[in-house]
Amino acid sequence: MTILFAGLAAVLVVSSLMVILHKNPVTSALFLVLAFCSLAGIYLTLQAEFIGMVQVIVYAGAIMVLFLFVIMYLNLGRDVETGIQIAVRRGLGWIVGAVLLAEGAVMFGRRWGLGPVTPGPSRPPVGNTQALGQILYSRYLFPFEVTSMVLLVAMVGAIVITRGQERARRESMGTRAGARGPGGRPPRTHAEEAVAEPGLAPAAAGEPEEQASVAGSARP
Amino acid sequence: MIPASWSLLLSAVVFTIGVIGVLVRRNAIVIFMSVELMLNSGNLAFVAFARQLNSLDGQVFVFFVMTVAAAEVAVGLAIIVNLFRLRESVFVDEINLLKG
Repeated sequence: MTILFAGLAAVLVVSSLMVILHKNPVTSALFLVLAFCSLAGIYLTLQAEFIGMVQVIVYAGAIMVLFLFVIMYLNLGRDVETGIQIAVRRGLGWIVGAVLLAEGAVMFGRRWGLGPVTPGPSRPPVGNTQALGQILYSRYLFPFEVTSMVLLVAMVGAIVITRGQERARRESMGTRAGARGPGGRPPRTHAEEAVAEPGLAPAAAGEPEEQASVAGSARP
Repeated sequence: MIPASWSLLLSAVVFTIGVIGVLVRRNAIVIFMSVELMLNSGNLAFVAFARQLNSLDGQVFVFFVMTVAAAEVAVGLAIIVNLFRLRESVFVDEINLLKG
């Protein structure tokens, strides 16, 4: 058990270091997946089976897919980090990190956690997941329900943030095209007019018009 | 039986790596990954203390931290995507819209 813990801890530390040292964001994200998986193994050695499984499902599954999706959507290449200012900041960052690590080692290594395991209240002889579910739905019921609210608000917020910008850009583009007058717009065919004019489906009609105005502004 | 101080030491090391990542890197997405590392080191400390004190409350808190982390990642990555549309860059030192 000790050897397993030490191996997983070594993998965790090395992969976390690779996350912050590697220049390519995609490689950083993949090393972060490795770090999360080894952390799930550490949770298993600490007898937190449910947390370990949730770690793999939520972090290594959902969150990292979101990270990789955004990195590839933005098409990021390798970071260029040169210059005297960045070198100074990097040196300061490592110094601050070393001081913080020394503090943490002094505090965590000496003060706590050296005694034997507290006996505690006698737990019913059920599995970790079942015991966690019982405590989650009895004593922590209200925070658990608030959690669902947090997730709902985050979902709505993410959609509003990404969609609102698009709508504002489309509106500004529409006013710019309208202010430019009828001469600057390429002539439309009768079929396009018939689709766009009735105004019954503005979302469907706005799409080709925006593309037409983009094409018209690209080639004045 | 692993001493709890080992887990806490490992938690401190991972948290420090996260702090260094936030301070050193200039790519906003990598900074986000470093924040995730720090949240995970907090989770590791929670689980270590739950094991030491023989109580499940720490694992319940890990559950809540994971929920908040998921929400934070969704909103934060939406902000980064929006910022990239606006400035064509995800480097935090090139983003100075609020600078007076």
